[in-house]
Amino acid sequence: MLELNKDNFDQEVLQTTGPVIVDFWGSKCEPCKALMPDVERLAEQYKDKIKFCKLNTTENRRLAMSQRVMGLPTFIVYKNGEKVKEISGAEDCTADAIENLIKENI
Amino acid sequence: MDKTYDVAIIGGGPAGFSAGLYASRGKMSAVIIEKGKWGGQAGTTEELENYPGSIEHPTGPSLMERMKNQAEAFGTEFIRDEVLGFDLSDKVKVLKLKNGELKARSIIIASGAQYTNLGAPGEDTFRGKGVSYCATCDADFFTELEVVVIGGGDAAVEEAIYLTKFAEKVTIVHRRDEFRAAKSIAEKALANEKIKVIWDTVPEEIYGDGIVEGVKLKNVKTGEITDYRTDGVFIFVGTKPISDFVKGIVDMDAKGYIITDAEMKTSVEGIFAAGDVRITPLRQVITAAADGAIAAIGAEKYIEKTFGH
Repeated sequence: MLELNKDNFDQEVLQTTGPVIVDFWGSKCEPCKALMPDVERLAEQYKDKIKFCKLNTTENRRLAMSQRVMGLPTFIVYKNGEKVKEISGAEDCTADAIENLIKENI
Repeated sequence: MDKTYDVAIIGGGPAGFSAGLYASRGKMSAVIIEKGKWGGQAGTTEELENYPGSIEHPTGPSLMERMKNQAEAFGTEFIRDEVLGFDLSDKVKVLKLKNGELKARSIIIASGAQYTNLGAPGEDTFRGKGVSYCATCDADFFTELEVVVIGGGDAAVEEAIYLTKFAEKVTIVHRRDEFRAAKSIAEKALANEKIKVIWDTVPEEIYGDGIVEGVKLKNVKTGEITDYRTDGVFIFVGTKPISDFVKGIVDMDAKGYIITDAEMKTSVEGIFAAGDVRITPLRQVITAAADGAIAAIGAEKYIEKTFGH
């Protein structure tokens, strides 16, 4: 899975035409870490259909906030550089919900 | 899936880990099923100074990891799955999971509780945009910013103290004129110069433009409404049991807390409940762990009596 930071975010997300999903996570976010095995599995399963990226918000706080992310976990789908859908919070961000988010946007 | 476990424990928090440990040490085969993250609510609690022996590494995640490892060391198995229903027609009970079935001679419900929503306008709109229920998850974002904490119990006051490590200013908004939190925690908060408390006040609305910009506060004594600018709102106004999946199966109160006796027995033979999900005067890591141990011993007695081994 592609790791995003301030140097590659524009190119890999905002200037990409196909669908991109970004997993905003943090090193102190236990629900995010618990989701990671599911996220890795989905990234592998849908690797030909959607670009799956993750962004460590602890290391890239300003970048996350520029995307108006102020809570974890958050998953955002971008198409042609535009946000099309996002889900946030441990209750909403289940493996099933993430898979649905992918299916709706590929 | 032909294996029949002695004990199926639903929920991987302190009650479940302790039940697993006691069951496994009692030479029973035990499995813990968790649908979300391991550790339950304690898994996202940074400061955990009231669990005896945890003073050296008093964080929730580290204590939960050690509890899980300890149960695992004695043979407890762990499954990530969700329990959807049961077939209790036989002596051996069948748990219907999202990804299959599981057979067990006894069941311990240790599914815990989760935060309740405030129910104020704006709360859902700004979830992940400044509204949070998890300080450890989201505190980072509020470095050098200002946040409001809603609530006055242990969780609210402890998390407010934790947030002062990040935020410039933390305002606790509480509907009463004193904290419900333990005295030592309350005193620590009141002595913290980054913390301000607004008593007798409830949030009427959370507002903003894409992200949180402020809250409208109402004084419950005077009815006065004031506008309070803030960058984040952390909500800790109590918990509700996670017991929908056993509704209609075991007896519970109107709020959904499961009724047990002192041995953690529910209204159904062979089904026990432990921790925050049951009716109990105190919901802490230590009481959950104690419940788990009692439930495991209860399960052992039940199995000896019913299955004769």
